[in-house]
Amino acid sequence: MRWKVTVVVRLKEGLNDPEGRVIGNALRNLGYAVENLRVPKYFEFELESEEPEREVEEMCKKLLANPLIHSWEYRVEPVS
Amino acid sequence: MVRFAVVVFPGTNCDFETERAIRKAGAEAERVWYKTSLKDFDGVVLPGGFSYADYLRAGAIAAGQEIMEEVREFAREGRPVLGICNGFQVLTEAGLLPGALRPNRIPRFLCRWVHLRIADVETPFTSLYEPGEVIRMPIAHAEGNYYVDDPSKVRIVFQYSDEKGNITGEANPNGSVLNIAAIANERSNVLGTMPHPERASDRFLGGEDGLRLFRSMVEWARR
Repeated sequence: MRWKVTVVVRLKEGLNDPEGRVIGNALRNLGYAVENLRVPKYFEFELESEEPEREVEEMCKKLLANPLIHSWEYRVEPVS
Repeated sequence: MVRFAVVVFPGTNCDFETERAIRKAGAEAERVWYKTSLKDFDGVVLPGGFSYADYLRAGAIAAGQEIMEEVREFAREGRPVLGICNGFQVLTEAGLLPGALRPNRIPRFLCRWVHLRIADVETPFTSLYEPGEVIRMPIAHAEGNYYVDDPSKVRIVFQYSDEKGNITGEANPNGSVLNIAAIANERSNVLGTMPHPERASDRFLGGEDGLRLFRSMVEWARR
């Protein structure tokens, strides 16, 4: 079965996100009252699998995230 | 004569300098494409550069390559494994060293000389330094901000310091916890360093403090 998968990988709460800080500052300089901007990583792909959740969880642990500093969430839906 | 492999991934760019520094330290060195086997070598060095263009996270993709199984075998057998800069990032991503290297606190590429205090001379890579000695080496990285949950469990080898050896916030270029610049595994045969010893291995480069790291490693591998 074929699935459409989206994964979001975030730096864990409390860990400094330098890229987010710079972008947040730039938006503030443009006059927007932006606070706590973070830059997660977003992945989307198609996956042929009988157990998509298990495989995606594994992919996150093995490569897409570094479990020491990242958390992640994903969505799996059948390709129509 | 002992032989070291200098592993080259797509995007590695400090391999020639590293090979040269190891030879100067008195061992044989050979640049080895990452698809090649590491048998017949006594030690392995993962040099600096930008493996896989630092895509995803620095070192993450190289860490999953098959050659890392052999590197893991070296580590298990107690043979020397040295990771310099991108090599350090690969070693943490591969789980051979604890912790992670995050983007620098101020998000920019840093390329300059720093002072380092030697925190541990009981490793195969630092036996020729004096305890507490302050040395100079260059750094060149965008992701060198070392993080670990419990720093008290980490074997710290170099710390960013001022020229007198004080570990201060101002002397910390990238935001690393406890000013950590290099660490070793518990057994001390695996070392990861963000500063580049190969770029401090000749007087014409601006200093020779890094050469002693290779000399220590070579001397130890000979035994």
